[in-house]
Amino acid sequence: MQAERSFPIGAPILELSNISLSFGGVRAITGTSFKVLQHEIRAIIGPNGAGKSSMLNCINGIYKPQEGTVAFKGQVLEKINPNFIARKGISRTFQNLALFKRMSVLDNILVGRRLHMNANFLEVAFQLPKARREEKENREKSEEIVEFLEIEDIRDTAVGKLPYGLQKKVELGRALATEAEVLLLDEPMAGMNVEEKREMCRFILKVNDELGTTMVLIEHDMGVVMDISDSVVVLDYGKVIADGPPEDVRSNQNVIDAYLGVAHD
Amino acid sequence: MSAKPVFMTYTKGDVVNFVVLMALAFLVIPSIVETDYWYTSILIPWLCLALAAIGQQIVMGYTGQLSLGAAGFMAAGAFACFNFILRVPDIPFFVALGLSGLVAAGFGILFGLPSLRVRGIYLMVATLASQFFIIWMIDKFGWFKNYDTSGIITAQDIVIFGHAFTSPMEMFFVVVVVVTVLTLLAMNMARGSTGRNWMAVRDMDIAAESMGISLLRTKLQAFAISAFYCGVAGALFAFTYLKSLEPVAFDIKLSFEILFMVILGGLGTINGAFIGAAFILLFPVVLNSVGNNLFHGAIDATIISSIEQVVFGVLIIVFMIYEPLGMAKLWDNIKQRFLRSRSLRNEVPRDHKGLSKQES
Amino acid sequence: MTEFLFFIEVLVGGLLAGTMYSLVALGFVLIYKASSTFNFAQGAMVFFAVLAFVGLMELGLSFPLAFIATIFLMFLVGLGTERLVLEPLMNQSEDTLLMATIGLGFVLEGLAQAAWGVEVRRLDLGIGDFPIPWIVDNLGLFISALDLTAGAVATVMIVGLALLFKYTKMGLGLRAVADDPGAASSIGIPLKNIMLMVWTAAGIVALIAGMMWGARAGVQFALVDLALKALPVLIIGGFSSIPGAIVGGLIIGATEKILEVYVGPFFGGAIEGWAPYVLAIFFLLYRPEGLFGEKIIRRV
Repeated sequence: MQAERSFPIGAPILELSNISLSFGGVRAITGTSFKVLQHEIRAIIGPNGAGKSSMLNCINGIYKPQEGTVAFKGQVLEKINPNFIARKGISRTFQNLALFKRMSVLDNILVGRRLHMNANFLEVAFQLPKARREEKENREKSEEIVEFLEIEDIRDTAVGKLPYGLQKKVELGRALATEAEVLLLDEPMAGMNVEEKREMCRFILKVNDELGTTMVLIEHDMGVVMDISDSVVVLDYGKVIADGPPEDVRSNQNVIDAYLGVAHD
Repeated sequence: MSAKPVFMTYTKGDVVNFVVLMALAFLVIPSIVETDYWYTSILIPWLCLALAAIGQQIVMGYTGQLSLGAAGFMAAGAFACFNFILRVPDIPFFVALGLSGLVAAGFGILFGLPSLRVRGIYLMVATLASQFFIIWMIDKFGWFKNYDTSGIITAQDIVIFGHAFTSPMEMFFVVVVVVTVLTLLAMNMARGSTGRNWMAVRDMDIAAESMGISLLRTKLQAFAISAFYCGVAGALFAFTYLKSLEPVAFDIKLSFEILFMVILGGLGTINGAFIGAAFILLFPVVLNSVGNNLFHGAIDATIISSIEQVVFGVLIIVFMIYEPLGMAKLWDNIKQRFLRSRSLRNEVPRDHKGLSKQES
Repeated sequence: MTEFLFFIEVLVGGLLAGTMYSLVALGFVLIYKASSTFNFAQGAMVFFAVLAFVGLMELGLSFPLAFIATIFLMFLVGLGTERLVLEPLMNQSEDTLLMATIGLGFVLEGLAQAAWGVEVRRLDLGIGDFPIPWIVDNLGLFISALDLTAGAVATVMIVGLALLFKYTKMGLGLRAVADDPGAASSIGIPLKNIMLMVWTAAGIVALIAGMMWGARAGVQFALVDLALKALPVLIIGGFSSIPGAIVGGLIIGATEKILEVYVGPFFGGAIEGWAPYVLAIFFLLYRPEGLFGEKIIRRV
């Protein structure tokens, strides 16, 4: 498909080994393992309730799996909290939109630049050169993202007032702003029409191509998954039932059964 | 045009405007206000309470942590200031004031710790602990009051560079300088990365954390800075307005009043702190004078204070329903409408000129 | 031995006093259970109700008549709150509702004082706040008759409310509404009527709590501050649990008395003022959902 990529797919960057997660007595994920390779676009698919979002939440440290480990660049993540993992270089978007509703689009994206801003509150309060410089630099960076996503006209609007599709775009923008090595995208195209989806795909592919960002995305639209992903992992009832290139996964009998709802034993 | 669709954000222009306004106040007010009444009963307490309200804004309006302990932190600041001046020979007033803020900030961190686990009313109850504990501590340990048995101690004179600032106008100057500087710093924080971190935690804490914001540090920072502002405000309040120190002056009623200032003034705005403080302070004054002048004292004073309570309560409900962003938002709406109508009027003739130029 | 008897006396006194906190907390729980609203005004309702009751008696109404009239008044308060405050604020955040109920509290306190004045009133329920001779003689314990009555009243109310929740149609509807208001109203449960009933019930609870408090400490504004102590009670017991309100009240009542008697003297006393709140903080750090509350799992 893609003849030559500026960032060829490399070694595993994320390795999930034997992850198990349950809430109370309800099992969400059971002994799941899979790998994500550097620079690839990795899709996670599966029926509703298969544990896809829980999987992302485990990677990003929001949920603490009872068993198993997540390794990033060959090192097991020793602390499981979102702040620590963000600092390692993993960023994300959320399934049900987790934007800062009362802040403007630009400010939301600027929060994404958090890890590139080191001035402490005193430097900010007194507007010392360091604070002023980094504010200016990061504002410019954020404006670039606004431009890239073609949302200039809403840059100063409070996010809570925007329609759903635009909010999804802003959330992608905020994740991009982090310049993380790995982006976890939880249904970035949910609720979008064909046109909007096509646009979103374009952004994702462009970022992957230009910056080499590794993407892990959950998506329900099979067409989209087949089009943009390098490899697909299929979850059902918290277990991996197939893992491989899109064309293999599509013809896998287990996957077809899971989607058509063949009775489990 | 500098339209601000999200009205709570501040620009550099706002900061400049504020400084100009305060400089004007500094220069103009002394020449028009001659009666001490205005300084001692209105301007000084207004600015002191507005400063405390900024503290409340930082923790509640910006960081979204419900707190009901502002008066406790004010008391900590006031008594710390008294003791610094009493026990450290020749300590400059502003140094004592800053240290008092730091003492209050320490309490802020201590009682902000529960915010790491809980929110909403749970946190409010935890902050009530600080309110009751601090007042009790000052009350019970004589050392804080220099073993004064009367319960009320007089605040020392404010001496700066050998000059005692004792007249109401002089005290007003001291207050204006401190409040201007601290408001400026608060505006800078609010519009900078510090404020964005606070607001991110307020609006969606899990997302904030996923962007690399430490909830622990951000919340405790907000509590500390908030308590610092309250502490300095409390010290100023005691030294320039109350002129005495008694723990009772900082009871839970004052905490409620400061809470009301930020709710009515507009949560998450600095100017809301000033507007809210003005309203809470002035409304009773107006109500009293209406009661005295219109009804010639026929209405009992206790009834008037009850009416005041009812009005505050009703207003809070009304604002929650119709304008959760408070009076600052109303003020902004009025301003916008005024600006718009003016810019419309200006635009029409300008277009005509342009056309006529081209034609000729 | 007398040491031990004294301890028992302090403990029992604390436990019984704690039931008074429980009574205030109970009203809180009722409203929280039905509408997930923290009704900060519950303390003000206690003050409002008992002041109205005493005021009506001063106007010449007999005890039962004043009682019924006050209940009607609390029904009106509930109606007003429902129509003018809660309905317009439907679907707003918890914090917004909490602030609105703080406003409501101020309205009620102000109205009560404007109507009846601010002087402290005595309320004589015919139950003395002094030790019962029989208990003193036979057990050697000094236990107040009023405390004992409050304990009995609290027990009766809890059992009554628990039965009401469990076995009546209203209780069933209430539980349904608490679970999912939208679904409940879509199957024909009259949401508004249920809310009104709950607020009235909370009003009645407030009146009874106020009468108990008023008989002990006089009917005065300080009741509002006392009622604030229902908040730590709720944190310890959990906001949505009736038994929690009782156990929380007992824990607070007993702890603050024991601390006051045994630890207080080292610090100049009056640690009752903050001890319950600090105790609540420790509970928050250890078990934020309270003893009887459901564990909150935040889904992302």
